[in-house]
Amino acid sequence: MTQQTAAASTATAGAPAQGGAAAHHDDHHDHGPAKGLTRWLYTTNHKDIGTLYLLLTLVLFFIGGLFAMVIRAELFTPGLQFVEPNFFNQMTTLHGLVMVFGVAMPGFVGMANWQIPMMIGAPDMALPRLNNLSFWILPFAFLLLLSTTFMEGGGVNFGWTFYAPLSTTYAPDSVTFFIFAIHIMGASSIMGSINIIVTILNMRAPGMTLMKMPLFVWSWLITAYLLLLAMPVLAAVVTMMLMDIHFGTSFFNAAGGGDPVLFQHVFWFFGHPEVYILILPAFGIISEVLPTFSRKPLFGYASMVYAMASIAILSVLVWAHHMFTVGMPLAGELFFMLATMVIAVPTGVKIFNWVATMFKGSLTFETPMLFSIAFVVLFTCGGLSGLMLAIAPADFQYHDTYFVVAHFHYVLVPGVIFGMYAGAYYWLPKWFGFMYDETLGKLHFWLSFVSVNVLFFPQHFVGLAGMPRRIPDYALQFADYNMISSLGAFAFGLSQVIFLVVLMKLKSGAKATDKVWDEPQGLEWTLPSPPPYHSFTTPPKVEQ
Amino acid sequence: MANNPEHYYVPEKSRMPVLMALAMATTGAGAALYLNTLGSEDPSAWLLILGVLGIIFVMVSWFNVVIQENHAELANAQVKQSFVMGMAWFIFSEVMFFFAFFFALFYIRLFSVDWLGNEGSKPGHDLLWPGFVSEWPLMQNPDPEAFPGPAETIPWYGIPTVNTLLLLSSSWTIHVAHQKLMEDKRKDFQNWMALTLGLGVIFLILQGYEYVHAYTDLGLTLKSGIYGTTFFLLTGFHGLHVTIGAIMLTIVLLRGYAGHFTPTDHFGLQAASWYWHFVDVVWLFLYLVVYIL
Repeated sequence: MTQQTAAASTATAGAPAQGGAAAHHDDHHDHGPAKGLTRWLYTTNHKDIGTLYLLLTLVLFFIGGLFAMVIRAELFTPGLQFVEPNFFNQMTTLHGLVMVFGVAMPGFVGMANWQIPMMIGAPDMALPRLNNLSFWILPFAFLLLLSTTFMEGGGVNFGWTFYAPLSTTYAPDSVTFFIFAIHIMGASSIMGSINIIVTILNMRAPGMTLMKMPLFVWSWLITAYLLLLAMPVLAAVVTMMLMDIHFGTSFFNAAGGGDPVLFQHVFWFFGHPEVYILILPAFGIISEVLPTFSRKPLFGYASMVYAMASIAILSVLVWAHHMFTVGMPLAGELFFMLATMVIAVPTGVKIFNWVATMFKGSLTFETPMLFSIAFVVLFTCGGLSGLMLAIAPADFQYHDTYFVVAHFHYVLVPGVIFGMYAGAYYWLPKWFGFMYDETLGKLHFWLSFVSVNVLFFPQHFVGLAGMPRRIPDYALQFADYNMISSLGAFAFGLSQVIFLVVLMKLKSGAKATDKVWDEPQGLEWTLPSPPPYHSFTTPPKVEQ
Repeated sequence: MANNPEHYYVPEKSRMPVLMALAMATTGAGAALYLNTLGSEDPSAWLLILGVLGIIFVMVSWFNVVIQENHAELANAQVKQSFVMGMAWFIFSEVMFFFAFFFALFYIRLFSVDWLGNEGSKPGHDLLWPGFVSEWPLMQNPDPEAFPGPAETIPWYGIPTVNTLLLLSSSWTIHVAHQKLMEDKRKDFQNWMALTLGLGVIFLILQGYEYVHAYTDLGLTLKSGIYGTTFFLLTGFHGLHVTIGAIMLTIVLLRGYAGHFTPTDHFGLQAASWYWHFVDVVWLFLYLVVYIL
């Protein structure tokens, strides 16, 4: 791969001020970022928008985390302690919605914004103004969602899966605001994924064939397709809710010939691809980080691509494994059970390849590597409990217990969140030009790693013993494990503050070199740290 | 150089997206406010109206800027390719939107109504809804007091068939219009576009007439149980998309009169044409599974 030429950064595609298109036809100033607030409000720059996404993610991560702390405080001992049951329900609902739609999704979109143009040698995202819109409607959507808490009749309290009729017949009035908030988030995701698909398919540097793309880019191409497939279905299901609530239709009402189970089918047709939307970009990040710190190329690049694509295809065929207990015909139970188990095969390929990448490598254990190794181990734990849940007859016992909570938190916290941290520590020096504090980073990792297990591992046991999820009170025999779990939660929550300290101290860190790490692969490392405002105005040539 | 064809055109900062975000959020909050106050004494629609006006205003100025940029030849072939691909994948997301509603219809027709009538492996509903008989179209709902069934449904012959012919021929006329433009016959292009728009508008008028007929004469409404629910949501959602398509056609027609589009450069027409073909194909499925079968 060639160096990006110095000429590229000066001969920018100087664009005229918007509106007066023809007026400033030939000015070619080297425009850096504008000053002040309008830089962030009006920006069309992928790096600025990436930063905005990541900032929003950080804010919502702490808000959603606060909700989780309320939940764990309430569950610290049996009996009702601090909050009303209805408020507890609002906390579980908002915690789930904020973490899924406000942290996991925009966090990776932010990284995609920063990384994809740099990784494929493009000047920016393909549709820069649309990119700005995709971001800026998100804060509004979350304001709308969170404001329901203060509305008459209380906020949304029907769980993040908002099953009908809890979310229709028995919902508080604020559900209408929730519906439109979801619509807006969906529009943001659809616009964002169209942008990512077009960027990847249309903007690659000459010579970068699809099978030469970095795996993070591959993971996002597949994720963006899943988003295009799943988000409209989510929009459809909330539209049906809206019709049932306000226009007298009977989609989810058996009295009119509808079926509440229809809600679950449509919701999970969105919801299951959604969980892969959350994890696939993390797969991509881990596949970037492990080779760098193993000083070996990734083992089995092509099989990684095919494995991700297979996971994506399978993910749209398995939705009803979330609903084994609603009374499906036996053929349905069998199909969804077997199809779900098949996903273990491509996932196994990925775990094998990651381990094989590290095998006999000269490993070093910087913070991104630590988060990545923990990801591989703990995500596998979460995957295995997922296999247990996939067994339909066993799921009749596990359904709606804390075992399910433990399972999906193992794939979401040490999975998605650790993947995100791995990416953040890996690319922060590239993005902002300063090394983070390695000691603090390691402290952040070790405290998070220990506390996340203290937090979620005991939940397997109480779940298998029959403790139901989403209930503010529980039977006495679950008391010890719940207390341990809550202590782990408080420790995990506090550990995340260390990341804030890391960020605040970033500017006093050492200057990062262009390559940052030993021998990282990829076009982004050929740019200076921090990269120029417009990275590849002239596309670099990728060697054959 | 600003219009260097070697360089991908990255627009300068723009205030339109954030204004659009504000307008969309206002529309969402306004719609929720309106719906929640709809049954009360003074429904409050001002926020919704404000939001919709905002969206229209921003869209007009945004498209205006993009058209001006194109006329200033800022957008090279690669940029135009981005627009084309963006439109294609947007239509794909719309397909998935319709897919979800068709999915609901199939689930109800193939499984859940039968189960309510105690067929298949799910006994017990006769305790909840004694005497309910499953059929399609469902004329008698499980709880006829809360959801009085329709007296009649709309047969496939008559207006739906006329509408099918209208939309099919409009798909053909827009194709001819496109070809006339590529042959640089502007006058023909404008006439065929006008014809396409006319067919689309007649379709919408007939559909509106059919709705009025269903509500006033047949007792077929949104509230008449699952048949009315699926009928109106599928056809209504399609009608909404025809309306959007007709707005696109109007803009393309007006731009055609204003001298826009060349035989080699006409993304606006191409996008509108794709969208129009898409609503046409959706209608064919609707005609088949909602009206005929």
